[in-house]
Amino acid sequence: MFAMGQRAKGWGFVAPALIWTLAFFIVPFIVMGAMSFATLDGRNLVWGLSFDNYAALAERRFLWRAIVVSLEITVTVTIVSVLLAYPLAWIIAFNVPPRWQRLVLLLTILPFWTSYVVRSYAWLLVLAREGVVNQTLMNIGLIAEPLTLANTRFATVTGFVHFFVMLLTLTIYANLVQLSPNYRRAAQDLGANAFQTFRHVILPLTLPGIVTGAFLTFVLCIGDYVTPQILGGNTELTVPQVIMVQLGRRADFPLAAALAIVLMGIVTLAYLAAARWLRLDRL
Amino acid sequence: MMRVLPWLYLIAAFVFIYLPVGTLVLFSFQDGRLPVPPFNGPSLRWYADVLGDTRLTGALVNSVGVAFVASTIAVTLGFLAAYGLARHSLPGSALIRGLLIAPLTVSYLIVGLGLLIVLTRSGFGLSLVTAGIGHVVITLPLAFAIIYAAMGAQQQNAERAARDLGANEARVILLVTVPMLAPAIGAAFFLSMTFSWDEFIIAFLLTRFDVTLPVEIWSLLRSGLSPRLNAIGSLVFLISVAFVLLLELLILRKRK
Repeated sequence: MFAMGQRAKGWGFVAPALIWTLAFFIVPFIVMGAMSFATLDGRNLVWGLSFDNYAALAERRFLWRAIVVSLEITVTVTIVSVLLAYPLAWIIAFNVPPRWQRLVLLLTILPFWTSYVVRSYAWLLVLAREGVVNQTLMNIGLIAEPLTLANTRFATVTGFVHFFVMLLTLTIYANLVQLSPNYRRAAQDLGANAFQTFRHVILPLTLPGIVTGAFLTFVLCIGDYVTPQILGGNTELTVPQVIMVQLGRRADFPLAAALAIVLMGIVTLAYLAAARWLRLDRL
Repeated sequence: MMRVLPWLYLIAAFVFIYLPVGTLVLFSFQDGRLPVPPFNGPSLRWYADVLGDTRLTGALVNSVGVAFVASTIAVTLGFLAAYGLARHSLPGSALIRGLLIAPLTVSYLIVGLGLLIVLTRSGFGLSLVTAGIGHVVITLPLAFAIIYAAMGAQQQNAERAARDLGANEARVILLVTVPMLAPAIGAAFFLSMTFSWDEFIIAFLLTRFDVTLPVEIWSLLRSGLSPRLNAIGSLVFLISVAFVLLLELLILRKRK
């Protein structure tokens, strides 16, 4: 009886958060899933079990193209970000004196907190035809005519990489400082040179941090609408952009729902691929 | 050469990281119509312009208001759930924790899309309230995780002592648990504020007439580059940095 009362009380504390999550996250998610099997008859929604929306992904070229573009951009961004962030995290962990590390790290990720709309706009400013980069390159005589940098895939990737280098530096740094210096010493005592020590000792030990950061990068990058919309121009669309197009003028919610489910599917596949090394609980 | 290489890399990285924010802030002081070189100024005219625009200041107030209310709800619900799970043994508690954390694994666009479908289907009008509901969905997992991680045996002993001295559960929570967890609760609150107040896509999907600042900025973006946008962007950045510094102070205090 006592235990029952205690348990009921426990439920009472958990209930508000649980109900909120169920009502405003789980239920909407289920409804969205059901809607991906519905069809549009003119403007009217017909519930049912139709696979038309999923079949359209294979049949309509621009939908398939959006999935390919999204994957290309996301994979490029993830690889470039890891390659740029690793040395940075390394330098902060091993070259910067310990008492300055916290400050340097704080400074490294400060622009991370800029609103993502504002951050993308700021890159537009930097990469514009009359922008800082073009003006500087022209002033030092490297180019005669301004380059087209904004409204390209290059701009989208740059905007993403900027954001994720900061995130990855943080996760990789956290991994590097946890390593006991004894591993490096042991490897060196056994005759390994600097590269061998890195390749066979440090890299395998920091792999979980890299994979966790890379997975987060993948998830956040593939689901983002703002960066490609502001920086990428309209020459090619990513999946989130196509979803927003469906929600707008066309009001094709079933197709938008199906695309959202496909996005979730891609993320799930990425999760399964990375699961072996993921340490999400350590974040 | 090998000695300077790391420092050169560090400097190059900082140039890359600060290039957009630096350009944004510098050209917010531009005395002219275009926020590109050459720099003329400094001038505060665009800040005066922005602060005199009631649509923008209204949107700013909306953003802070939505963030404050959403964060308060998220931290309250997150705290209660963390307390319930840490102090009472419940069947399926791993499942409950998983459910509460789940929204973190889904992109904001999908969270917003799901809510948009359900809210419009059930005849709910879109407003700042619906945007706030969406913001609680994304900040509740953060608040819960932070507070749950901070609940340790140390508070449990103090709670037991208070209970033995005759305090009922409500008094124990308010007078013992909450004060002892204040740094974690504060950190959860400010982190929720930083996530909610400049969030765009959920607010964009779930508001209609009254909008938050990022949505207002979005509609200004259509007219292209302008020092005005630089000025608003700089203000948004400044406010976010203020939240982050408060957060940092709270974490440092906890460490001591």
